Amino acid sequence: MMCKRCGQRPATMHMTEISNGKKSETHLCEACAREIQAQGFGFSFSPQLQLHDFLAGLLNHELGGNKHDHDELTGKRCEKCGVFEGQIVKHGLLGCGDCYPYFEDRLLPLLRRIHGRTRHTGKVPERTGGRARLIKEVNNLKSVLKEAVSREDFEQAAQVRDQIRQIEKSLEDGGGA
Amino acid sequence: MPLKKTINDSHSRWMDADGPAADIAISSRIRVARNLAGIPFPHLLDQKKAEDVIHAVRLAVIDKDVSSKVGNIELSLLSEMSPVERQILVDKHLISPELLSNFERKAVVLRDDEVISIMINEEDHLRIQCLIPGLQLQEAWDLINQVDDSLERTLDYAFSEKLGYLTACPTNVGTGMRASVMLHLPALKLIKQLGGVLNAISKVGLTVRGLFGEGTEALGDLFQISNQVTLGQSEEEIINNIVAVVSQIITQEQAARNALYKNRREVIEDLVYRAYGTLKYAHILSYEEAMRLFSELRLGIEMGLVSGVHARLLNELTVRIRPAFLTKLSGNEMLAHNRDVFRAELIRKEFSKLQ
Repeated sequence: MMCKRCGQRPATMHMTEISNGKKSETHLCEACAREIQAQGFGFSFSPQLQLHDFLAGLLNHELGGNKHDHDELTGKRCEKCGVFEGQIVKHGLLGCGDCYPYFEDRLLPLLRRIHGRTRHTGKVPERTGGRARLIKEVNNLKSVLKEAVSREDFEQAAQVRDQIRQIEKSLEDGGGA
Repeated sequence: MPLKKTINDSHSRWMDADGPAADIAISSRIRVARNLAGIPFPHLLDQKKAEDVIHAVRLAVIDKDVSSKVGNIELSLLSEMSPVERQILVDKHLISPELLSNFERKAVVLRDDEVISIMINEEDHLRIQCLIPGLQLQEAWDLINQVDDSLERTLDYAFSEKLGYLTACPTNVGTGMRASVMLHLPALKLIKQLGGVLNAISKVGLTVRGLFGEGTEALGDLFQISNQVTLGQSEEEIINNIVAVVSQIITQEQAARNALYKNRREVIEDLVYRAYGTLKYAHILSYEEAMRLFSELRLGIEMGLVSGVHARLLNELTVRIRPAFLTKLSGNEMLAHNRDVFRAELIRKEFSKLQ
């Protein structure tokens, strides 16, 4: 698809605008999109805001069309921070870290669209994340296993043993790294 | 009192023009986004909760282990500064313009040489930044990594095995890292090759911005090249990708400069010396005109055509001639015209000191 404004470059920015309940779509190349934004916001224009508008459009698409146009306090709510789906769609921002697993099925397609991938391969914090946490979990489970064996609760012991094996395997495969 | 010095002195370490490839790559910057586990992101926090976040970071940075690793750092509340002082931090590229809205909930941590700054309660709880001269992204990352590690000893970060560092905006999730290099590309513009180069950049997953973001693109022929993707690539991959692309652009800018020197030497010399002369003698200069003249004179310095003026002075002046610093120097708000007169006077004074 070519840019609707200049007709010369391929359209890479797809903006959905909703006014008076009517949805209209514009397909622009990056240069034209930037020019239009610059005109609208002038010198002190902040690039983050533009990104949010853009994202909000994408999220709106992923999180259920345009049903949240009028009231942002609608839709599913994050159990932890209480943010509404409608708020996320409107502002392009999640409410807290727990929103990620909570809205996961609908965020993943969006993340794939933004980043091309959906799995982190970079730095892992030493204390709060990664292998350290898995190893800690294995150690916890080992003490649960010990206790289950001493209670002769072999059914639970077998379950816990399988859990430990699974985590250890993922550690061997480089999981959490 | 690092903050007072930061506000009173227009100089900052990144302006020194002494890093690798400094004749084209002005500065390298990395910032990473981090959030505290179990606390809603800043845009959902009320005053009290926002202050709790600031307090948690304050406790983390006063830790002796942090200061021994990171250096002399100080936390300041944005509400303790005047509007002009806050704007000077933006103009020096130490904080983002976004930190100025709802400033009573925000704070900044600065290292005394201004190489490290941490914005608190911007879009994410923490935005750790490193800004140094020349093309030195790996060095910037090494510094950030160290700061990040020592903060993480006390702060619990929101992190997931699968998605990495969790951020308010899904465009930052993963590494939370935005790495950028500020390039001076006047020759590519002069030979009208800039469009092609910038277009190519967007095809390899990088973005181009002007000095203060979009809409300011052409100012001083300065362009920021940065990564777009933060998830599914390691920090090193992101850096290597930018360095590879930036090195290409540097080679092309260099080739353009050589070609201009070889074929149009008198045109280049005329451009550079007209800029020099105007800066030295003009009595009215708008910010935009001054930035254009700086770019032309800077080209002359970088090509070795002008001696006696150092790029460091021009870098510093780009901050000093902004409205905020002029207001600070004159002691009062000025009308645009008076500011243009004052700006020209300030530049004349600096240039009259040169040999």
